[in-house]
Amino acid sequence: MTTHLATERSGRRGGRSARNPVGRAGYVFVSGYVLLLLAFGVLPTCYAVWLALSNSRNQLVGLGNFTRTFTDYRFGPAFLHIGLYLVVWLASLMILVVLLSLMLHGRMRRTSTTLRFLFYLPGALAGVASVLLFLILLDPAASPVGWLLKSFGWNTLAQVNAPGHLPVLFTVIAFWTGAGGWIVVMYGALNSIPDEILEAARIDGASTLQIALRIQIPMITKWIAYMLILAFAAGTQLFVEPQLVSLASWGMIPDSWSPNQLSYQYAFQAGDFNGAAALSVDLLILGLACAALVVFRTGLFDRDEG
Amino acid sequence: MNDDVPVSSRRRLRHTAVAVLGAVSLLALAACGSADPTPPATSSPAAFKPVAQQQGSEITVWADATRVPGVQAYQKAHPNVKIKIVTYSGDANGANDLQAKVQLFDRTGSGWPDVAFSANVNDGTWASQGKTPYAAPVNRDIIPKTTLDGFSDGALDPCVFNGNTYCLRNDLAQNVLWYNKSLMDKFGYKVPTTWEEYQALGEKVAEEHPGYLVGTAGDAWTPEVYFWASQCTASTTTGARKVTVNLQDPKCTRMAKLLDTLIAKGSVSKDTVFSAGFIKNQASKVLMLPGPSWFGQVLFNSTFKIPKGQIAAASPLKFEGDAKNYTGNVGGGLWFVSSHSKNLKAAADLVTWMTTSDAYQGTAGTYPAYKKAAVTWLANQKKTGYFAEDVSPVFKESAELIWPGWSATQYSQEAIYSSTVVPALNSGKTLTDTLDTWQTAITNKAKSLGYTVN
Repeated sequence: MTTHLATERSGRRGGRSARNPVGRAGYVFVSGYVLLLLAFGVLPTCYAVWLALSNSRNQLVGLGNFTRTFTDYRFGPAFLHIGLYLVVWLASLMILVVLLSLMLHGRMRRTSTTLRFLFYLPGALAGVASVLLFLILLDPAASPVGWLLKSFGWNTLAQVNAPGHLPVLFTVIAFWTGAGGWIVVMYGALNSIPDEILEAARIDGASTLQIALRIQIPMITKWIAYMLILAFAAGTQLFVEPQLVSLASWGMIPDSWSPNQLSYQYAFQAGDFNGAAALSVDLLILGLACAALVVFRTGLFDRDEG
Repeated sequence: MNDDVPVSSRRRLRHTAVAVLGAVSLLALAACGSADPTPPATSSPAAFKPVAQQQGSEITVWADATRVPGVQAYQKAHPNVKIKIVTYSGDANGANDLQAKVQLFDRTGSGWPDVAFSANVNDGTWASQGKTPYAAPVNRDIIPKTTLDGFSDGALDPCVFNGNTYCLRNDLAQNVLWYNKSLMDKFGYKVPTTWEEYQALGEKVAEEHPGYLVGTAGDAWTPEVYFWASQCTASTTTGARKVTVNLQDPKCTRMAKLLDTLIAKGSVSKDTVFSAGFIKNQASKVLMLPGPSWFGQVLFNSTFKIPKGQIAAASPLKFEGDAKNYTGNVGGGLWFVSSHSKNLKAAADLVTWMTTSDAYQGTAGTYPAYKKAAVTWLANQKKTGYFAEDVSPVFKESAELIWPGWSATQYSQEAIYSSTVVPALNSGKTLTDTLDTWQTAITNKAKSLGYTVN
């Protein structure tokens, strides 16, 4: 997307792309993406906004669907759950991913290829399959790490799944299934830092910690911001984990634990697609607001050379 | 911040943002309709008009993995009928795939399966509702009355709405008192006939043989096993979308107290019988277990692997103050014929065969809802020699003892119990403490689906 913006801007400035076949090729390359984005991203979003503002008789109802879903008894708890989950998930994602990729990049150069592959492996599995794997891991009676669960005093699946444990539990699942890809991305970002800078720092007597804190992390801030935006959006839309863990525990997790599940309940249990759309527009606004905040605070889309 | 972005483009961005915001708020303010979702209009019986029929056209059948071999057997016996079989979850364990898909098909206007099986006994509540209900009223010239009359008394209750029958029942899941005869004989215990005796025995077991169990309270279907039998008013519909929920009724609290006592003593488990831990550690220590008729083969034989000749069933328990004993039922599948089907004749024939034929029902894993098939089924059960005693008299008796005050609702009592009460029990609270929370959970859920609760 950044390349797309860059091409467009340079095209406007110098009118180069009209003459330059490379510029035209750019449009060809992005066209497939744009088409799919329109079909599966932009159009459904517009449809959701329309549904959220209308009722089943196709009349405009203003913010009626929003106020109606807001007063639903499940609305508060669902957003509270997801808020707690996001705090735990985003904090652990930022700290652990950056830490692991710094270690991969610095200390473990020899083993890093293998480790990179290992980190990435869970991400290569389909998301649902990885979650299914966790369903076995979480049952103290069947789990290979049952001793660990029992050492916390959890002897049954019901104790592992206690409502207070859920945000942490889902974080563990999400981290295991999703963080590996980010570690690889961060590793790539660290590689883009010129060696001369690191060498100069080392000659000046900077320790590994100083290099990491003063040079490496500031230079990959944009990547971290990028990760934050996507992880936030994915986190607010949590659905598969609570849904599957609920099925595996015979319904011990409420069917509307997360806002996305609540939206699903609206659409498919109550047949109320307008209410469901209002909830998903809530999530869209949250995601956009967070993205805007992060983009403007970190200057994610600023280009290094004017 | 981003000082290198040209001022003009920032201004343009701001203008666009203002324009978009303006447009959205205009739309938002331009309200002219009510935001209330359309109340599900109950279509009057006269409204059912079949779509244009195409004789001999292919029918699509959705069934779960357990029922698919039956459909395949039908296909083999009727090679002229064109059938497309789709295996799906069957809405087991609280899934609502069928409803979700039908909602989508209703929006797109095509795709409905001609025949669908559901393991969720509540599915009739939504399938019979709406502008064009998914389920066809089979009593209106689709399936003959003589066939419908052949089902056990009350078996079709979860299918009947506004005087029409919208589905056929696959099986009954009437609750009985299961017990391990070998263990009972070994310990020298007598099978209880009342809940009071049951409680006394449970307390005795806890002292004399700690670790042995007389029941479980962590199953999703605990309400249907214990509270239904206790005639608790947890789910009593009093009219179209009107339900009474009163868990402080003495008939509810007496059961909560009974279970609390036995949970505290340790002879009623807070776990569910299907959890890996229970199967591994507790299965061989089950002395008694009130539960549905399908526990016999599905749970004791296939899951717990209890050897032949140990398990037997006794009549549902009665409270000493009550005139007679009542029981509940846990599930019992439904077969729907789609009101959108282009080949109602073939669909109806298949559904009739699946629910009434000795060839399929006689050897099914669950107790047939159709009376004649049930006789064959019981005879076959006897032949397997699995049970320590013939279960026929108990099964037949309890099929007629289901308390009629507990109704099918669009929401699942099981989902509410397991997400509200089970975590509370596991955090150390008692059932009696949890009744109010449970009541609120049921009331909220019912209201969110348009029920009036009193």
